[in-house]
Amino acid sequence: MTSYDAIVIGGGHNGLVAATLLARSGRKVRLVETADTLGGAARTDEFAPGFRVSTAHILNRLHPDVIRQLDLAAHGLDTSAAPAPTTVLGDREGPVTLRSGYGDHVDGISPDEAKAWSELRALLLRQAGILKPFLTRRPPRLGKLSRADMSLLGGSALALRRLGKEDMREFLRMVLMNVADVADEHLTDDRLKGLLAFDATLGSHLGPRSPTSLLGLYYRLAGEAGGSVGGQTIPAGGMGAVINALARAAAAAGVEISTGANVTRIALEGGKAAGVTLGTGEELRAGTVVSAINPATTFLDLVGPRELDIAFVRKIGNIRMKGDAAKLHLALDTVPDFPGISDADRKGRLVIATSTDHVENAFNPAKYGEFSPEPVMEITLPSLSDPTLAPDGACVLSAVVQYAPYDLREGWETGKPKFLEAILATLEANAPGIRNTIRHSELLTPADIESRYRMPGGHWHHGELQADQMLFSRPVAGHSGYDTPVGGLYLCGAGSHPGGGISGVPGLNAARNILASER
Amino acid sequence: MTVVPPLTDEKRRAAQKHIETIRFETPFHPRIAALMQTNDWYDWAGYKSANTLWAEELEYFAIRAQSALFDISPMVKYRIEGPDAEAFCNRLTLRDVSKLRPGRVHYTAWCDDSGHVLDDGTLFRLADTRFRLCCQERHLPWLLDGALGFDVAVTEETEEIAGLALQGPTSCALLKAAGFDGIETMKPFDIRDFGHESGSVTVSRTGFTGDLGYELFIDTPLALSLWDRLWTAGELYGIRAIGNAALNQARIEAGLIVANIDFITTDHALRADRVRMPDETGLGWMVDLKKGHFNGRRAIEDARRNNSIRHVLVGLEIEGNVPADHAIVYHRKKREAGVITSAAWSPTAKRNLAIASLERPYGDTITEDLWVEIYALHELRYTKLMKRATIVPRPFVKLPRRTATPPADC
Ligand SMILES: Cc1cc2nc3c(=O)[nH]c(=O)nc-3n(C[C@H](O)[C@H](O)[C@H](O)COP(=O)(O)OP(=O)(O)OC[C@H]3O[C@@H](n4cnc5c(N)ncnc54)[C@H](O)[C@@H]3O)c2cc1C
Repeated sequence: MTSYDAIVIGGGHNGLVAATLLARSGRKVRLVETADTLGGAARTDEFAPGFRVSTAHILNRLHPDVIRQLDLAAHGLDTSAAPAPTTVLGDREGPVTLRSGYGDHVDGISPDEAKAWSELRALLLRQAGILKPFLTRRPPRLGKLSRADMSLLGGSALALRRLGKEDMREFLRMVLMNVADVADEHLTDDRLKGLLAFDATLGSHLGPRSPTSLLGLYYRLAGEAGGSVGGQTIPAGGMGAVINALARAAAAAGVEISTGANVTRIALEGGKAAGVTLGTGEELRAGTVVSAINPATTFLDLVGPRELDIAFVRKIGNIRMKGDAAKLHLALDTVPDFPGISDADRKGRLVIATSTDHVENAFNPAKYGEFSPEPVMEITLPSLSDPTLAPDGACVLSAVVQYAPYDLREGWETGKPKFLEAILATLEANAPGIRNTIRHSELLTPADIESRYRMPGGHWHHGELQADQMLFSRPVAGHSGYDTPVGGLYLCGAGSHPGGGISGVPGLNAARNILASER
Repeated sequence: MTVVPPLTDEKRRAAQKHIETIRFETPFHPRIAALMQTNDWYDWAGYKSANTLWAEELEYFAIRAQSALFDISPMVKYRIEGPDAEAFCNRLTLRDVSKLRPGRVHYTAWCDDSGHVLDDGTLFRLADTRFRLCCQERHLPWLLDGALGFDVAVTEETEEIAGLALQGPTSCALLKAAGFDGIETMKPFDIRDFGHESGSVTVSRTGFTGDLGYELFIDTPLALSLWDRLWTAGELYGIRAIGNAALNQARIEAGLIVANIDFITTDHALRADRVRMPDETGLGWMVDLKKGHFNGRRAIEDARRNNSIRHVLVGLEIEGNVPADHAIVYHRKKREAGVITSAAWSPTAKRNLAIASLERPYGDTITEDLWVEIYALHELRYTKLMKRATIVPRPFVKLPRRTATPPADC
């Protein structure tokens, strides 16, 4: 039996971040990942001979503190990629393209609309800026506010004050609104509205007209990439390149990493974490166990209800985490042609969401367990940024498609071919001829994502990121501080505050919290 | 426009059945109603129950000198059954259930996650993998949620099982005369099945009086014939039906507490500071830290470690003879120290007794110079009494016959 100071369960990006920071503090750290490759949903896998792709395909929120604290540049992270544009494929009017940090310049709209857009964008960025400091902090504890909590709340009160009275009123009015109403108040162009509707609801079980859907947009805009707020990049080497940099940082810090090692149990002694048991029966011991996997899996499967309290188990069991995002990977003979889109813009993000109604209509069937007959999606062609991802001349198409409810009523076995057909028909309409170039296709439904990446419900965030599951209610109310009712057991994955996406922030916050509390 | 036809009186009455039977009748109701002279009913968990039947004092003396028959059917009962039943009960409750052998009962309590008491009750181990939990409040959702991860089935059986308490010095002899062979060999907290007509009756040597006594559980259809069997045999043993008022006097003498009278259960407390940990309700002795995890354990351990337990439950003896129900307890006649939750003049001990909830340090490190302020109302004029109160151990009344096996005369 081997002993460590800390064991990290799960080698997704958050687990890697937490493990590295703990090892840097001088602790002896072991990280165990069940898959043969690190990275979770961010790893790059071959899906057809010579074609590679990662499920998470766009980098838009890897936190600067993570990059800096882990010296990711020194470990090979290429941060030189230029911000990628977003192009909304138009129905009849032609495309709209947002450049650098979420459209500080927009092509394809009228001058009046451009003015309205820039005002709305500035407003949204100011408002997202209020929420931003909360991301990298443990959520304030209700009831017993610490000095740090007070300064955080004080800081955001200050930020609110600095906004001025009008702006502050506007923030408080808007914060729980739906994105469709906000877009209607400011914009007239359906394509811009469609994009906002899509981005606000991506990865969640909400339509643009669902109350509070604007929060998803704030969450996106609180991120940054390539030095620009709201920006995005398509990393060279796929998302796997980010994982490689994180893995090198972890190894350099002395983290012992095992892949192909499945944790089947978290061992408790005297009610406190004592180590983990692997699928092979091997036992590893440590007084600190950090779970970088799903919170429900952690408690219901690995710790088990018997060691926990009833109301806590009830809350954990009630976390909503049924995903609606599917992932399509196409191995194409040639680079597809999207009429009206320049070669440069084709390297960016392409969004098919022609209006608020398009997104809302796509969502409606999902409420009743059916997939969208006319889905909305975001497409990237990662092999254009990194030719090694596809054979010469060929191309990888990667698309996140909504809505594909995890619990499809008819079942995914029969539903999947029908949904694939709906997606391909949409693609064909936007890139005529593309279907004839498909060498291989892989559609991952939320059920597939669940089993492939061990993400329950196939959920983007390891738990819906809605108002009732955010901040001090994430993963569950009363237990949002990365520590858990089980002494020595911590959470550090996307299911914890602030949420999912390739940010590294839950891992960062958790490590900071562990280092502070175990000092 | 659709015209709604007016309701006929008949239809209206049919739709109001739930109002007519605003209180359920227990399976023994026909017998109790026939004996009822005072028409003094009260509501026990939704059931129409007797507070007194003929005379509170005489009913009390039936407990202490004869055999008193009390209907406990409204008690909430759960059946807990399955291979993991013991493990489930151990996680749910404070005491170590692995020490409870089949055929035995113990008094226990259970807490929410924050270590505050949800209820107390009795846990019957009817067989290796079958338990019955009896208590005051309803807990089915809590129990079902608690069953997650255990191979166990939890079902409510309050209505299916009728219950009678037979308490008093002649109760063993009475049961023997009624054909309960071998009853005299039952020790306190033993459980045994006896035949009754086509079925059986489960008898435990338990009760809420601090006296010799038994509790009998039977399938509802056989309830009345069980009553009749006891009543007939009981004629020579002075059997009397009693109500809650007399029982309450006896239970105070025995120093026993009642949920939602002597403390507020967590689910009932509207105010955040009214909830109580086991250590605050005199149930701290149940907390078994030598066993594995149980609900609220971490919170209880934390509270003990941080010394954050704020209240203490004590027994008081008060000078004079005026019961001090809900009186305020003072230290040095000035500082409020707590409140009386139950009080009674004890005819057996000839002492004025009370149970009180005190706020620490009172009752903990400060135990002297306590007083209670009693307002005695006599023909629209209050007499304000400041009476000395002394902390005394519970039970206030300890009767050797409660535990003697075999009981005398049996
Ligand atoms: C369809 C889809 C598209 C997405 N696109 C993007 C995107 O473009 N950009 C973006 O930023 N985000 C995207 N996301 C979100 C992002 O992928 C997740 O939020 C992120 O992967 C969460 O990271 P994590 O480290 O917390 O957990 P995960 O990535 O889920 O990693 C957890 C790891 O733990 C391992 N594990 C699980 N159980 C065990 C066990 N018992 N023992 C050992 N190891 C175990 C898993 O194998 C996995 O490697 C997308 C998500 C989905 C579903």
